[in-house]
Amino acid sequence: MSITYLEAIREAQARALREDPRVFIYGQDVGAFGGAFKATKNLQKEFPGRVLDAPISEDAIVGLAVGAAIEGLRPIIEMQFADFSTVGFNQIVNQAATLFWRTQVVCPITVRLPFGGTSGSGPFHSQCIEAIYAHYPGVIVVTPATVEDAYSMLLAAVATNDPVIFCEHKFLYYHLKAEKLPSEALPIGKARIAREGRDLTIVTYSAMVHEALAAATELATEGWEIEVVDLRSVKPLDTDTIIASVARTGRLLCVGEAWPWGGVTAEVIARVTAEGYGLLDAPPQRLNAKDTPVPYHPNLWAAHRPTSRSVAAAARNLLRT
Amino acid sequence: MLQTVSEPRTIGAAQLAAYRFMLRARLLDDKFAALYRAGKIHGGVFLGRGQEALSAAIGVSLKKTDVFAPLIRDAAGRLAFGETILDAVRTYLGSALGPMRGRDGNVHRGRPQDGCLPMISHLGAMISVVNGVLFARRMKGVTGLVGAACLGEGATSTGSFHEALNQAAVEKLPLVLVVANNQYAYSTPNDRQFACADLADKAVGYGVEAHSVVGNDLAACLDVVSHAVARARAGHGPQLIVANLLRLCGHGEHDDAGYIVPELKNSPLGRDCLKLAEEFLLQEKIADRAQLAVWRSEAIREIEDAVAQVQREPLPDPFAENWTALSTENLAEGRE
Repeated sequence: MSITYLEAIREAQARALREDPRVFIYGQDVGAFGGAFKATKNLQKEFPGRVLDAPISEDAIVGLAVGAAIEGLRPIIEMQFADFSTVGFNQIVNQAATLFWRTQVVCPITVRLPFGGTSGSGPFHSQCIEAIYAHYPGVIVVTPATVEDAYSMLLAAVATNDPVIFCEHKFLYYHLKAEKLPSEALPIGKARIAREGRDLTIVTYSAMVHEALAAATELATEGWEIEVVDLRSVKPLDTDTIIASVARTGRLLCVGEAWPWGGVTAEVIARVTAEGYGLLDAPPQRLNAKDTPVPYHPNLWAAHRPTSRSVAAAARNLLRT
Repeated sequence: MLQTVSEPRTIGAAQLAAYRFMLRARLLDDKFAALYRAGKIHGGVFLGRGQEALSAAIGVSLKKTDVFAPLIRDAAGRLAFGETILDAVRTYLGSALGPMRGRDGNVHRGRPQDGCLPMISHLGAMISVVNGVLFARRMKGVTGLVGAACLGEGATSTGSFHEALNQAAVEKLPLVLVVANNQYAYSTPNDRQFACADLADKAVGYGVEAHSVVGNDLAACLDVVSHAVARARAGHGPQLIVANLLRLCGHGEHDDAGYIVPELKNSPLGRDCLKLAEEFLLQEKIADRAQLAVWRSEAIREIEDAVAQVQREPLPDPFAENWTALSTENLAEGRE
């Protein structure tokens, strides 16, 4: 038996619904249809009255979730695409994210964002917008890169008493598989060493973990030992694990699928430069998508985002510095 | 559209009770204005002058177990719903003992756990939160409750208004959406805000029931609001109330409202609802001038006592402050 990243997300939701009567799912097409990606397939049938279709109203969808959270429920919101969450942005960052700080009433909502590029998806179904949420206080932003983390971090998100932005990468939905669901997991806020090495640290997250691992495999044939740090959550950011890795390797490359201005890669480099400057043997580098909207055609898209090839090239440059 | 015609005025306890909330709200607002002019209040001061009849009618029509999302001109509705003068004064003066503890101020106060939602500044954003509370209570099997959300006419131009009213209609939630059409959204007159003949006409497009009322007529407000609340409570879905009135002050105390045209001030809409209510009470011999004076002085004493008490209370201390925006403190960034 094997289980995909997408199935893990469905199974985590089924378990959350089964184990906690306060949980419900609300989003566009999540009901009988089972969601645009089938992440809620059959859940409405299994849990009648708790998996509900919403009108195309991202603002009101999140607002309703906040109201339900005030009443002690634990809504899971599915945004059909992360890109569309900008329509509900205000309710996330100004309503949900300020509620506890203003009132001491907790706001346990999980907002699932199917995000990131897939071939042919174009400018409005491909975006990586984790950094704009992470910029705001009062939210947790997680970016699972593995089937196991997709499952355990979604369960952890639902159990958390604060708003969690759950960034699930569409590129990983179908082809990423695991043998079984995990029985234990690292907590949110802890990064993971996805591959050990001593020559260079690549810090990355979500789908880019797999590009970085492929690059590390390629570079191993050239004699380089690359360490890959999977952030798992971008807020909070596990600075300790990053610094410890840089202490071992002396070189840092940050890779993100998001746009280059600001963002997670810039934050990582700022922290390492400020807190671990003396550990660096070369200037830290980063690799991001190009600063344009995400292109539709596969030829353009493959050049827009970092890939194992461009990650390996950037790593080689840094290793020669 | 469902037309609600005000029934002949009934002389009753409801009007008297509502009037006393109006009076206390007006005097509380006056005190805040005075404190603002004296430099005792940080940030803005937003008054409900001219809107107290509508606001009080909402507050008295709700039960304590209902949900209420007041807006910036709802001191009267807040008091009627159960907010204390002390909560209001503590928030305006930034007392560490208030419900917002200096983290938020003035009209951004509430106690969500008691059904009073603290507004954010983004207009229309509270409606779907009220929907969520109603939705959750229905999911928990609680029936017979109502949620009221207050807006100005300006908020009807927002996407949030549209999304939330449609959502409430789709879910058939017991939402009472009260639009105080006070003719200006800050300085913007209605002819630059919307182009429909009557905002109540919007209701048919959402499939919800609509009610119009003259907003400075307390008896009419009580009739219409209590009727709409009863309709929502009885399971007839969302209710849209549009009250026509005039704001008798600036947007905030920083604003002299020089843009309000004299024709409106001199029109029937420009008549002060509090004075109209007092005239009615005197005319119907529900109260005499001496009694009105007693209520006024009692309210002033209550407000002055609250201000005096709060002025002795501790202010928020940045060194003692918990600078954590998350309840899950171990996941908060920047903890020292």
